[in-house]
Amino acid sequence: MTTKEASFIYALRMGDNALILGHRLSELCSKAPFIEEDLALTNISLDLIGRAQALLSYAAELEGKEKTADELAYRRPEIDYYNHLITEQPNGDFAHTIIRQLYISAFELLFFKELEKSKDKTFSALAAKAIKEVSYHFEHAKNWTIRLGDGTDESKRRMQVALNDLWMYTGELFEMDDVENWLLSEGIAADLVPLKPKWAQMIGDILDEATLEVPEDTYMQTGSRKGVHTESLGHILSEMQYLQRAYPDATW
Amino acid sequence: MNSDTQFDLWEVFIQSKSGQPYVHAGSIHATDMKMAMQNARDSYTRRGEGTSIWVVPSKYIVASNPDDNEMLFDPSADKIYRHPTFYIMPEGAKNI
Repeated sequence: MTTKEASFIYALRMGDNALILGHRLSELCSKAPFIEEDLALTNISLDLIGRAQALLSYAAELEGKEKTADELAYRRPEIDYYNHLITEQPNGDFAHTIIRQLYISAFELLFFKELEKSKDKTFSALAAKAIKEVSYHFEHAKNWTIRLGDGTDESKRRMQVALNDLWMYTGELFEMDDVENWLLSEGIAADLVPLKPKWAQMIGDILDEATLEVPEDTYMQTGSRKGVHTESLGHILSEMQYLQRAYPDATW
Repeated sequence: MNSDTQFDLWEVFIQSKSGQPYVHAGSIHATDMKMAMQNARDSYTRRGEGTSIWVVPSKYIVASNPDDNEMLFDPSADKIYRHPTFYIMPEGAKNI
């Protein structure tokens, strides 16, 4: 594997994370509990789709097969997507949407601060931009978690259920495989191993304040790095890719 | 009975850049200060409108009563000397 090939996969993974989570949040447009929250969630969605566009454009450039970001986003089959399983999980009730955001944004805040040190100038610049956006995503999720955790009996119960339901998808966030270890040795990728205790501390502190319990350790789901997904991704792709599949190269 | 199921109302003021006055942008609903600030940011600064935000609970805004308009505002109508343009500047005064 060359550095360029590894960087292509790395860009694709990050791009897919942003694309799929961004699409998930976009599903809430006009369906959030109230209008201000509708704007908040779709703002976050747009941050993510913007990030996906930048990363998939860079991936296409690294791949060198004259593809566009759109072709990467809309023309791949399910097994060629490398987004973390947690990003494709359904929105569920508002508690599930917020806890998914909490787990991911806490991770991304730590991750992009590491990636900012990358020797790859594009990754470093993208990370610097992402840090600003993710800082806000994290504040948004954190405040809701505290508000609803330390809220009514019903809101507390729902938050705890969401925390427990999504916990099994958090182990995967910190997995390092050959691609990432190779790029780490080249000074390009972020080292995820030291991020795990920091992440656990961040989540633990917030759940303390929210009077919620950190879920008990359980079997952690994995597979996205090999293109193995939960049933949810297929449903997203069938909706997201419909137009490109039915009318290839459609323009407007 | 209160039939309003919305959260408390807040007024949003945006400063477009440093040194400029804060201008009323609109209102939002929120349960607390943090939510008010975030909702104001998400609702009114998405297109680069501002560099600073104030949010104030609407209940703390004291508004004049339209019935008092004659009393409050009509007496100033004939006092043109309160406008700087009423005065003729002496020749030689600079930088005014």
